[in-house]
Amino acid sequence: MITYPFSYQRAASLADAEALLGANPDAKLLAGGQTLIPTMKQRLANPPLLIDISGLAELSGVRREGERLVLGAALTHAQVAQSTEVRTLIPALAELASHIGDPAVRHLGTLGGSVANNDPAADYPAAVLGLNATLITTRREIPADKFFTGMFETALESDEILRAIAFPIPRRAAYAKFANPASRYAMVGVFVAQTTQGVRVAVTGAAPCVRRITDMEKALEASFDSESIAHIQIAADGLNEDLHGSAQYRAHLVTVMAKRAVTAALA
Amino acid sequence: MTTVTMTVNGKTVSGEIEERTLLVHFLRETLKLTGTHIGCDTSQCGACVVHVDDKAVKSCTMFAVQAQGRKVTTIEGLAEQGALHPVQSAFREHHGLQCGFCTPGMIMTAVDMISRGAATDRASIRRELEGNICRCTGYHNIVSAIEAAAKEMGA
Ligand SMILES: Cc1cc2nc3c(=O)[nH]c(=O)nc-3n(C[C@H](O)[C@H](O)[C@H](O)COP(=O)(O)OP(=O)(O)OC[C@H]3O[C@@H](n4cnc5c(N)ncnc54)[C@H](O)[C@@H]3O)c2cc1C
Repeated sequence: MITYPFSYQRAASLADAEALLGANPDAKLLAGGQTLIPTMKQRLANPPLLIDISGLAELSGVRREGERLVLGAALTHAQVAQSTEVRTLIPALAELASHIGDPAVRHLGTLGGSVANNDPAADYPAAVLGLNATLITTRREIPADKFFTGMFETALESDEILRAIAFPIPRRAAYAKFANPASRYAMVGVFVAQTTQGVRVAVTGAAPCVRRITDMEKALEASFDSESIAHIQIAADGLNEDLHGSAQYRAHLVTVMAKRAVTAALA
Repeated sequence: MTTVTMTVNGKTVSGEIEERTLLVHFLRETLKLTGTHIGCDTSQCGACVVHVDDKAVKSCTMFAVQAQGRKVTTIEGLAEQGALHPVQSAFREHHGLQCGFCTPGMIMTAVDMISRGAATDRASIRRELEGNICRCTGYHNIVSAIEAAAKEMGA
């Protein structure tokens, strides 16, 4: 036995999951378990109850709603990577999903779990912020700019469940990640999107929380090519620093990966 | 404590277990199927890969209760009537192992990638093996074994 003891319940429906979560404030939702279980095995989390929401029909499916693509929170990374709609309408998102972790992680890990967890080095947050997505919960709709509030922190209340994410279909977009060779998490990942509302650039891995780089957005508005951002260097102050790379190194990588993302978006 | 029931290698099995029992511990300790190995405690090494509903997953990163009612295949379930599975034969033929510790997970991952049609060339095979770590072989012969098995299985 590695984790602390807990009890387990499979939610029969979204309403059931909400009721269980409301009645048990310290309970945790279990989706793919690819973050929560490793954390529990390290005994860094000790939830008394796990509410299994994987496979709930209300959290699955990909559907087009006008100019946006709505993805259920419980879609696995493998399902997003293989979805014909995602591959056709937002290929950058399918590509991003196909590079998360490894095949076994992609078979279980979910979009909602990744986004709700907001790991500073996770890939999906860059796409959610870069595409200006809307997060649809059991209570409200939250714009991406208001969702990611800090390291491992989001605007979700403790008893609120992420149901789906609506991604506007961009004119062009791409994600470029410099993967940590051991974990495949992003040392630095940059998502660039050109939409009818303008250009957005979001970076993950570099800082404690995913963020936009407005200087690059402005430069790309003026001219959407990699040379127009080649001179833009973000400050190393406050960036992540660990055995894999210094803050200066990550700052440098941001420009390199942003240029690669723009080139890929134009390809 | 709770009771779980699932199909493992074609047989219906049940056990009275604590909820926190990982699938890998249920397989190894309750069912005594020790072919599935545990090589790390960070979900990274892939020695514990099994198939749940025909998809490769890390059995150290799933609780046994999550597999309730589902179909599980382990390395012990691959050979049919004593005849090795083509991937097992290919590992033997191409010397795809040295100490053998990572081999069950490598083979389960290989069977999954071949069935998805993802073992198309050596570079793809290497990318598909990102979640399986081997400390002996340098991967070369593992890749050769999977390439040969994929060809033989017509994938
Ligand atoms: C070896 C390995 C490599 C990895 N590599 C990468 C990588 O390269 N890039 C990357 O981005 N990630 C990586 N991951 C993490 C992986 O993507 C996880 O799947 C993901 O972070 C969490 O999703 P999950 O469904 O597994 O969530 P879980 O682990 O089940 O849950 C995570 C958290 O989110 C909460 N939660 C889950 N669903 C919801 C919901 N619908 N509403 C509200 N809260 C919810 C849970 O309560 C929990 O707190 C890796 C993981 C492993 C084990």
